[in-house]
Amino acid sequence: MITSNKRPASLAISRWVSRSKAAHREIVIGWLFALPALLMYAVFVLLPFVLSIRYSFYRWNGIGDMTWAGIDNYRTILEVPSLLGTISNAFRLVVYFSFIPVTLGLVVASVMQRVAPGRLGATARTVLFLPQVIPLVAAGIIWGWLLALPGLINQILKLVGFESYTRAWLGDFDWALPAVGLIGIWVLLGFCTVLLWTGMTRLDPALYESARIDGASWFTEFIKITVPLLKHEIGVCVTVTVIAALAAFDIVYVSTAGGPGNSTAVPGIQIYILAFTQQRIGLASALAVMLMVMVLVVVLPIQRLSRETAQ
Amino acid sequence: MTIARSELWGGRALLIGLMTITILPFISIFMTALHPSGTVPGGLDWPSDPQWGNFVEAFKVAEMPALLASSTFIVLAVVPISLAISTMAGFAIGHLRIPGSRMLLFLFVFGLTLPFGGIIVPLYYLERDMGIYNTRLAIVLPLIGLYMPFAVFWMRAHFVNMPTEISEAARVDGATTWGLFWRIHLPLARAPMLSLGILMAVWTWNQFLIALVLVEDPTQRTMAGALGAFQGHYATDVPLLCAGTILIVLPTLVLFILFQRQMISALLQGSVKG
Repeated sequence: MITSNKRPASLAISRWVSRSKAAHREIVIGWLFALPALLMYAVFVLLPFVLSIRYSFYRWNGIGDMTWAGIDNYRTILEVPSLLGTISNAFRLVVYFSFIPVTLGLVVASVMQRVAPGRLGATARTVLFLPQVIPLVAAGIIWGWLLALPGLINQILKLVGFESYTRAWLGDFDWALPAVGLIGIWVLLGFCTVLLWTGMTRLDPALYESARIDGASWFTEFIKITVPLLKHEIGVCVTVTVIAALAAFDIVYVSTAGGPGNSTAVPGIQIYILAFTQQRIGLASALAVMLMVMVLVVVLPIQRLSRETAQ
Repeated sequence: MTIARSELWGGRALLIGLMTITILPFISIFMTALHPSGTVPGGLDWPSDPQWGNFVEAFKVAEMPALLASSTFIVLAVVPISLAISTMAGFAIGHLRIPGSRMLLFLFVFGLTLPFGGIIVPLYYLERDMGIYNTRLAIVLPLIGLYMPFAVFWMRAHFVNMPTEISEAARVDGATTWGLFWRIHLPLARAPMLSLGILMAVWTWNQFLIALVLVEDPTQRTMAGALGAFQGHYATDVPLLCAGTILIVLPTLVLFILFQRQMISALLQGSVKG
C-alpha cells in the first residue's frame, strides 16, 4: 500500500484518539450490521474455498491421513487425457451454451423489436422465458427423453426423410456433446433473447429513423447501431452463459452423467465422481481449483470490457 | 416506423417458430406421460387410452406432499434470513459506509463468479464435522452463504443511491442507527428486496448439486434435488418419469404464470446486476 502522501502516523493516531466515543460506537454498530452476512459468507463460502486449495496439495481418501502431494494432483490433471478432456469439453460447451444463444438471441431480438409489439410480443416474452424458471435437472430429463431413440427428435427426422440420421443422440460418442449443447441452447436462447430485446426497447427509435432515411438496410442497422449500443447487455449474456457452460453440472448429470466414455464429462461432473465415488479428494480439489481459476480468467475480462464500453 | 409486409410476416413466423420450439418439449413429455406405465411410446403420439392415473401414481411414488413440504421449508428458511442479513450488510456498506466497507464489498464481489462445484467437496467434510450433514440445515446454511455475494451487492446498489439527506434529517430528530434502518430505510427498500426475494426463492427451489451431495434422503431435499433421485429410480419407466417430472415442475410453472411480470423482471435485473 502506498502511504507516502498520507498524514504521518502520529497525526492519524491522535485523530483516532480524539474521535468521540459516540463515533466509535457508530462504527461498531455499523460493523454489527454487516457481521451476520459476513459470517455466513466466511463460514460457508470462503472457508471451503480455502480448504479446496489446501486439499488440492494433498493425497487423501476422505477418511485416513492426508499426505502431502505438492503439485502432483495438478500435474495428474494435465497429464491424464480423461481429466484434461473435461476442461476441453467445458470449452466446447461454451460454443453451444454461449456463442450460439448470444448470436442467435441478438438476431431474433432485433427482428422481434421491429415486428412484434403488443400482444404477440408480450406472449413471446413469457413463453421464451419458460426454460429459465424450471430446474436445469428438469430440462435435462425432458431432453433426455426427446433425444432418446424413440424420442421426438428422431421422430421429426423420420418425418422429413432423414431416417438414416436417427440415433440415440446422448449415447453416441460423437454426438453426445453437441446433444448436451442443444439442451443448453434451449435453456439459454430464450433468456438471451428476452434480455437483449429488453435492452433494445430502451434504445432511441430516432436513431433507427435517421438510419432508415439514409437508406440503411436491416443488416447495417444491426451492425452499426444495435450491437454497439447493446454492449453492456451482450456482456451480461456472455458472462451468464459462459459461467453456465464452464460450471455445468445439472444438465450433464441427468442427461449423460459424463458418458458415453468421457465424451461429455465436464469439470463439475468429474469433481463429483472423483470426490464422492472414487474418494480421491485431493485430485477432485485440484480440479475444483482449476475450475474456479478458469471461470475467473474467462469472465473477468468480459466483465471489464462490457463495463468500460457501457459508460 | 414503416416495415415491409414481408418482413412483418417473416418476423412473426420466426417468433412463432421459436415459441413452438420452446413449448414442444413440454407437450412431448405430457403426451408421453399419458401412455401406459412401462411402455416406450414415440415422442409425439397421442395415446389411444390416456392414462391419467400415471399422475396419481407419480404423485405417490415421488412422495409429493413430503417433497412440497421440504422444499417450502427450505425456501422459507433461506429467503427471509438471506434477505434480512444481506439488507443489513448492504445498508452498512452502501449507506453507513463503515470504515473498511470498500474492502468488505471487494470480498463479497469476489464470490460472485464462484461455481458451487468449486467448494462442494470441502463443504461436505465441513458439514460432517459440524454434525449437520444429511439434515435440511445442510442445504439451508450454505445456500445463505452462497447467496451473500450477490444479495449484498444487490442491496448495496440500492442503498448507495439513497440520498444522505434523509438520514441526516432523521439523525437530527434523534434517530439511532437501528431506528434509521428499521423505520426509514427498510420501508424504502421494499422493491429491491421483493425482487431479490423472488430470485433467491427460484434459485433455492431449483437447487440441485447442493441438495444432491449434502442430503441423502430425497424427501429432505429441494424439489430439483428430489427430481434427480426420482430419475434414478424410474429411468426405465418413461411414462412414469415424465409424469413425475411434470408434477415436480408444476409448482414453479404455476408460480411463474401467476407472477410472470415480477419474475421476468427480477431474473433479468438479477443477471444485469450480477
